[in-house]
Amino acid sequence: MRGETAMQLIATGNKAIAEAVRQVNPEVVAAYPITPQTEIVEQIAAYVSDGTLASQYIPVESEHSAMAACIGASVTGARTFTATSSHGLLYMHEMLHWAAGARVPVVMANVNRALGPGWNVWAEHSDAFSQRDTGWLQVFVSTVQEAYDTTIMAFRIAEHEDVLLPLMVNLDGFTLSHTMQPLETVVVGDFIPPLHLPHAIDVAHPRGYGPLTGPDEFFRFRWDIERSMRDARKVILDVEADFGKRFGRQYGPIEEYRCEDADILLIAMGTFGKEAEVAVDDLRREGIKAGSLRVRWFRPFPVLDLSGRDVVVIDRGYSFGFGGVLTRSIQATTKAEPFSVIAGLGGQEVTYRDMAGFVRNRRPGEEEWFGVNTIV
Amino acid sequence: MTEIPKEEYILKCTSACAGCSSTLSLRYVLKAAGPDMVLVVPACCTSVIQGTYPRTAMNIPVYNIAFAAAAACASGMSAAYRKKGVKTRVIVYAGDGGTVDIGLQALSGAFERGTDFLYICYDNEAYGNTGMQRSGSTPLGAITTTTPGGKVHPKKDIDRIIEAHNPPYIATACSAYPLDLFQKVTKALSLEGPKFIHLLAPCPPGWRFPAEKTVEVGKLAVKTGSWILWEREHGTLQVSGPSRAAMKKRVPLDEYLKMQGRFRNITEQQKQELQRNIDRALARIACEVKQPCS
Amino acid sequence: MYEIRIHSRGGQGGVTAARLLADAAFRGGKYATASPFYGAERRGAPVVSFVRIDDRPIKVYSQIQHPDMVVVLDPSIMEAVDIFQGLKSEGEILLNSSHPITFEGYRTHCVDLTGIAIARTLVVAGSPVVNTPLLGALAKVGIISLDAARAAIRGMFSDNRNVQAAEDAYGELVL
Repeated sequence: MRGETAMQLIATGNKAIAEAVRQVNPEVVAAYPITPQTEIVEQIAAYVSDGTLASQYIPVESEHSAMAACIGASVTGARTFTATSSHGLLYMHEMLHWAAGARVPVVMANVNRALGPGWNVWAEHSDAFSQRDTGWLQVFVSTVQEAYDTTIMAFRIAEHEDVLLPLMVNLDGFTLSHTMQPLETVVVGDFIPPLHLPHAIDVAHPRGYGPLTGPDEFFRFRWDIERSMRDARKVILDVEADFGKRFGRQYGPIEEYRCEDADILLIAMGTFGKEAEVAVDDLRREGIKAGSLRVRWFRPFPVLDLSGRDVVVIDRGYSFGFGGVLTRSIQATTKAEPFSVIAGLGGQEVTYRDMAGFVRNRRPGEEEWFGVNTIV
Repeated sequence: MTEIPKEEYILKCTSACAGCSSTLSLRYVLKAAGPDMVLVVPACCTSVIQGTYPRTAMNIPVYNIAFAAAAACASGMSAAYRKKGVKTRVIVYAGDGGTVDIGLQALSGAFERGTDFLYICYDNEAYGNTGMQRSGSTPLGAITTTTPGGKVHPKKDIDRIIEAHNPPYIATACSAYPLDLFQKVTKALSLEGPKFIHLLAPCPPGWRFPAEKTVEVGKLAVKTGSWILWEREHGTLQVSGPSRAAMKKRVPLDEYLKMQGRFRNITEQQKQELQRNIDRALARIACEVKQPCS
Repeated sequence: MYEIRIHSRGGQGGVTAARLLADAAFRGGKYATASPFYGAERRGAPVVSFVRIDDRPIKVYSQIQHPDMVVVLDPSIMEAVDIFQGLKSEGEILLNSSHPITFEGYRTHCVDLTGIAIARTLVVAGSPVVNTPLLGALAKVGIISLDAARAAIRGMFSDNRNVQAAEDAYGELVL
C-alpha cells in the first residue's frame, strides 16, 4: 500500500491534496464536485474504491450538505475533510459560520475560482475572501508541494486543543490545481496525533449543542473563537517548525524572497506570490532592489513589518466600494501606503514581466486595475 | 401489550407552549429510542423547547443545526458512527418547514444515499417557531400570518415524495395516538437505512384551539380521515388501527374544522375540495390494501 | 529553461501529452511543470498545453510567451490557430503529419503519430491515441530520453502498446 514510504512523483495540485488526505486518513469525507476542484473528489473516491483510503465517503447532493455532513461527522469526534470551489464555497456559507461556531476542526481544500455571472472557471481569490469573517483559518499555497505539505499540517493545526477551528487550504484554480509539478510525499507517522475533540458527543454524558443562547452568554462564544484564532498563530508556528524538522521543508505566515535589503516589496498571494520572485530577479538585474513577500496565512492575518519600504500589492479579489482585499488588510495592520494593483480576476493573464512593470511604475497610495486603465 | 419504558429523556422544564403536541410526541419517540442516540434538530419549535443555554430540558445529546441542514448533518453523524462501528442511533426531529420546504433537498439526498437514520417530521402545518407563517404543509383554507385570508394552495404530499425514494420504512403518526407512535418508532429503529415518520402535531396557538383540546383535535384529524395512519415496510402498506376504523365509519369533516380558528374563513368550495382529497386518499389506500402492487 | 507549447484538439489527449512529457522530464532528473490552459473547450475545439523543463525549480505559472518548441498534434488546427505565435526564431516544430512539411526559419520534424497509433490499434472512442507515440518522437528530438518516455508511459498506461508506439515513433522520426 502506498503511503508507507515517501515517494518522488509529479502531480497536479488537486492530486497532491488527495494524496495528502490519503496520508492523513480522515474517517469521513463528504464532498460535491465543482470545476476546478473535481479531480480532488474523484481521486478521493477512487482511493476509497480501491481500498487505499479507509474513509467513509459521502457523495452529498450539495455543498451546503457537504459542510453539514462534515459538521455532523466531526462532532462525533471523527476527522473530516471536504473540498470545494467558488460557488460551492458560497453555497456553504451558512454552514461555514456554523462549523466555526460549533468548533469542529474540519479541513477543506478550496480551489480558488471566480464567481459568476458571467460564468468563469478560472482563478480568483474572491471566493475565499468573501468567507474571511466566518471564523475559519485560511492559508493560500503556491506550489504543488506546498499544497500537499499544508494540507497535512492543516489537520494538526485545526485539531490542536488551542485552536479547534475549521481550516481552509486555498489553491489557485487551474493555475495550481491542474498544473503538474514535482512532489515529494512524506510518511506522516505520529506527526498527526489521533483527534481528541473535547466536546465530542458522548451518549453517556449527554449535552445540548448549539441551543438557544441569550444575550448574556452569546458573546462569550464569539470571543472564544477570536481567542483561539489568536492562539492559532503560535500553534501554526510550532506545527510548521515541527514539520520542517521532520520533513525538511519550512513554512511560515509569510514567505520572503530577497526581502532583507529590499527597498520595494511586491506582495501577493497564491501562485502570483511565487511568480513574483521571478519578477524580483529581473528587477534586481536592472538595479531595482525589490523583494517578494507572499502572504500565506490570511486568517489569522500575519503581523507584517513593512516600515521604510515601498509596497506594491497585487490583489486577486476586490471588495466593491472599498478596495483590494489584501491591500486594505495590509493598510489596516501596517503603516504602509501601497500601490494597489487589481490583477488576475477571473484568470486574467498576469506574467512576471507585468509584475515587474507594476513595481517600476508604482504610485504609492493609488489603485490600478490591470488592463482597464493606468490611472484611477 | 407494549411496555412503555419509565425512563424520561425530557425533563419537566421545557419552554414548550401549553398543550404542545410535538413535545408530547417527542417524549414517546425518545422512550422508544433509548439513551444510545443523538437527536438532530434543525431550526424549529424544538430548537426552543429544549431551553436556553446553559440549561437544557433534554437528557440525551441534542445537536442543533441550521434550518436546511438536518438530514445532511445526520448523514455525517451516521457515517462517522458506522465507520467507528458504533450503533448509536441518529434521529432527526424536524418541523414541516425544515422538512417539506427548506430542508427537502438535503432530505432527498440523505434518503437517496441510504443513510442509516430515522427522520421524524412533526407537522404542525406551518412555521410555528416564527409565529405561524404558511408552509408547504399548511392545508387548504387555513389562516396563517402569511395567508391571512386562508391558504389557497393544497398541502404538499411529502409522503409520496419520500416514498419515491423507496425507503425501507415510512409511516404516519399522530400525537393523539402515542402508543401507535411508540410502536412505529420502535419498528423503524429495528431496520437499517433511511426511515421516515410523518407525525401530525396539532398546535393550540397556531391552529387556534384551547390547549386542553390537543388530543381531541388530533383524534378528530384521524376520525375524519383528514390524517390517515399507516405504515409501509419494504413497500408493503398497512393501515393502522384508528384509521381502519375511520375507513369504515367517518366523522364529518366539519367537526374537525370547526374546532380550529384557523379555518374560520374557509369557503364551502374549499371544504368540498378538502373532502374530495380525503375521499381520494382513502380510496387509494383502500385499493392498495385490497390489491397490493406486486 | 526549455518551453514547449502543445496544440491539439479537445479529446485528442494534448493535456495528457503535456503531463506525460513533464513526467518523463522529471524522471530524467529535471524540474518540469505541465500546465494545460483550460478554456470552455469541448471535444474538437483547439486546446493548448504548456510544458516547462529546467535544471532549477520553476516558479513561472503564466502562459508561455516565447516557446522553444511547438508541438502540433492535429495539423488542421493551423487553419484556425497561429501556431507560430511567439515561437523563437530557429525554434523547433514537431508536427503529426504523414508527409514532410517545412517552415522557413524553424527546424521542423514530421512524424505520422496517427498512422503509428492506428498500426498499433491504439484507438479510443474512435480517436487514435497520439500522445504516447509523441513521447517517442520527443525522445528522438532529444527533449527527454527514450527510457524516461517509456517509464512515464508505463506510469500512466498499463497497455504495453503505448510503449511500443513510442518506440515506433522514435524509430520513424528522421532528424
